[in-house]
Amino acid sequence: MSDQARVLKFQIFRYNPLKMGDKPRMVTYEVTEAPGMTIFIALNEIRETQDPSLQFDFVCRAGICGSCAMVINGQPDLACRTLTANFAGGEITLLPLPGFELIGDLSVNTGKFMRAMSERVESWIHDLHADEVNYDALEERMDPDVADEIYELERCVECGACVSACATKRMRPDFLSAVGFMRLARFALDPRDKRTDDEFYEIMGNDDGVFGCMTLLGCEDYCPKDLPHQTQIAYLRRKMALIR
Amino acid sequence: MKVIYTDSLVIGGGLAGLRVAIASMQRGYDTIVLSLIPAKRSHSAAAQGGMQASLGACIKGDGDDEDVHFGDTVKGSDWGCDQDVARMFVNTAPKAIRQLAAWGVPWSRVRGGDREVIINGEKVTITEKHEAHGLITARDFGGTKKWRTCFTSDGTGHTMLYAMDNKAIQLGIPVHERKEALALIHEDGVCYGAIVRDLITGELIAYVAKATTIATGGYGRLYSVTTNAVISEGIGTAIALETGVATLGNMEAVQFHPTAIVPVGILTTEGCRGDGGLLLDNDGYRFMPDYEPEKKELASRDVVSRRMTEHMRKGKGVPSPYGDHLWLDITLLGRKHIEKNLREVKEICEYFLGIDPVKEYIPVRPTQHYSMGGVRTNATGESPTLKGLFSAGEAACWDMHGFNRLGGNSVAETVVAGMLVGEFVADYCGANALNVSTATIAHFLKKEEKKITDLLVRDFGENPFALKAEMQQIMMDKVGIFRNGPDLEKAVEELTVLNQRARHIALRNRISSSNPELVEAIRIPKMIKLAQCVAYGAMLRTESRGAHAREDYPERNDKEWLKRTLATWPDDSTDLPDISYEDVDVMKMEMPPGSRGYGVDNIIVHPDAEKRMAQIEEIKKANSAADRFELQQLLNPTPIPEKFKGKNERIGRGYK
Repeated sequence: MSDQARVLKFQIFRYNPLKMGDKPRMVTYEVTEAPGMTIFIALNEIRETQDPSLQFDFVCRAGICGSCAMVINGQPDLACRTLTANFAGGEITLLPLPGFELIGDLSVNTGKFMRAMSERVESWIHDLHADEVNYDALEERMDPDVADEIYELERCVECGACVSACATKRMRPDFLSAVGFMRLARFALDPRDKRTDDEFYEIMGNDDGVFGCMTLLGCEDYCPKDLPHQTQIAYLRRKMALIR
Repeated sequence: MKVIYTDSLVIGGGLAGLRVAIASMQRGYDTIVLSLIPAKRSHSAAAQGGMQASLGACIKGDGDDEDVHFGDTVKGSDWGCDQDVARMFVNTAPKAIRQLAAWGVPWSRVRGGDREVIINGEKVTITEKHEAHGLITARDFGGTKKWRTCFTSDGTGHTMLYAMDNKAIQLGIPVHERKEALALIHEDGVCYGAIVRDLITGELIAYVAKATTIATGGYGRLYSVTTNAVISEGIGTAIALETGVATLGNMEAVQFHPTAIVPVGILTTEGCRGDGGLLLDNDGYRFMPDYEPEKKELASRDVVSRRMTEHMRKGKGVPSPYGDHLWLDITLLGRKHIEKNLREVKEICEYFLGIDPVKEYIPVRPTQHYSMGGVRTNATGESPTLKGLFSAGEAACWDMHGFNRLGGNSVAETVVAGMLVGEFVADYCGANALNVSTATIAHFLKKEEKKITDLLVRDFGENPFALKAEMQQIMMDKVGIFRNGPDLEKAVEELTVLNQRARHIALRNRISSSNPELVEAIRIPKMIKLAQCVAYGAMLRTESRGAHAREDYPERNDKEWLKRTLATWPDDSTDLPDISYEDVDVMKMEMPPGSRGYGVDNIIVHPDAEKRMAQIEEIKKANSAADRFELQQLLNPTPIPEKFKGKNERIGRGYK
């Protein structure tokens, strides 16, 4: 590394819909790069020293909670774990995640979308006898491999990168999207969930569901957790196609 | 005036808050959860390694039960915990984990037969019982006699939180996101809800409720480097303090986790060491066995963090531009194990350090991690001084952790406390009518409104970001792992000055809707008050217990300090909290104070310790036919709700 720290140039989308007369625009900020600097660190520095009105969302800042997905130089990713050193030119353009309601600047309302998604796919164990379980007794056994496979699909952090990278979602506003399919695949795999394939069909067996997917697979390309979207969408499609 | 009425108001949408909400909803009470963020993004999700529950299904957990878990927890707390609460907790933890299994957590399971593990740096083959195949398994963690920490890879908090939030969604519990509670509404010693700010529109709303539960997590962000999420600023705890009525307990009890990465302070789970990882110094030498021959890397967190600091002070740290650190070596665990059971750790190393932990050592250093202190509650989770105010999880000083929490006991506390306190919250909702005048509600609303208006019109004053940075630096430098009188006095002095300065914050961005600078300006005075409680409590506690280590008072002084610190803030114009103490009663202990079996044994004994020991022996002799359950009832009767009183079944042991 050279002795002279780089000066990074951030182009950031600014717009506060709640501020009368505010217009969407790009604003440039300069930040002196520090070793190990992430976009999380840089954005906080901008907020603290240059513009205290800048809106963005971080929670865990460790790539775990899924709060901070944004479009970084054209590609959706988690900002907290993106090192500024990855950008050789030192120019970084930040846009809010498309496909979600804009709160302001880089902050979007993924929470509202994800809650609606969870309600739509009924993202919970369906078992009429679930409330009769005796928790004093040994738990129901589960094959260790099945537990591991469920965990594999459970790793989604609802960051919304898949939704923002989805061309089908752009054309079909009510498209369930990969995050919803992954959740359904997770419950379909879970022996504790007693839903039948027919019941799953009711949720996703249409063009806003798994049959609407154009298989451009932006979800597969941009999932920060490398979840197997392609395989799971194919699996759900086959499962649904075999029903009727 | 916008007012929203409910029975059970829960502030905080992490594991503890959601579990309390589920309990009150299931008992038929109208329930609302307030959260700064979408619930699934809460800091609970960052818990990696696991949840302690004495299921005893894996072979290394054989012989485990509530009593062993109880002993580990009390020793871990350095006898600072409330033993009634620790009892309620250990007895209920197996039920909580089994309930979560039914709600969808894909707990890792026992695989019958041989498997290779790393113990004490050596490859060992252990044989899991075939009859336990498919039951929930566990890994080793610090300060425990048995392998008791149940897990899903190193994403345990994530899977628990997802299952819990999904259950809340199934029950139709509304989570009002991007809402911040600014003050509690209370009158004549009863709490009636909170004044809440919508973080998008800036609107102030009064949420009026019979029962209010604070479940907002810890206050790690009082320190500049912490493993905690950026929202873990202790605001829920602070609004309880600002009532002047509710008390905070043991605020000086702050835990430092041995292995956060340098410099950013992101956690690598204790599971790294539990699964066989080692700590190495600048010579690549494994130093922990020299200090802790018995537990080595797996002594309790306070002890390991101190030993690491001690070793670095001897010049054995690895120098870096960010100060000295040590190495965490998990290379010996092998790629397969790391990619399956430590994958978050691997991702964190790749993204933040640019290293592959399968091949390279991880730079680590003890870092602020957990707040044992918080809103003081009695065993039912209710504030002893402010009726109708409850607290659960890290935000609370329910006090099962005393002065040091064991790894894996934190997510366990969130769901167990949520379960138990949730029932008491529901009982309270059933037994009490909501009887508060709108004038009282308006009074509290106007007070918050005025504070915000004052901030928005002030032309010149303090910068909230700068105040925060100064506070965090004081806490880092003077209220850290090792503490001493002169530094603490200085910290108290400097924080008092900051407190005064924080009354004159001015903003550059003067709008009342979504405004990060305003959020900061509202929080900073609250955070400084909490920091003062921590520093002042630490200064006054002239002993060393658990995570509170005084260089000038190295002994654990049971004789004078077997007591809990209580802090109140009489009114807004005061500069320091009022500190008082409540005794931890030795004569009621199921396990009287003794040696932990790790760390330095340096105890000034309590005069009652021997007396109680003799008394226990007598009770045991007089009831020689009593089984362990009957004996526990005699020694430590606890207020567990009827529906959670059953005995827990274990494989090969039944309900014994």
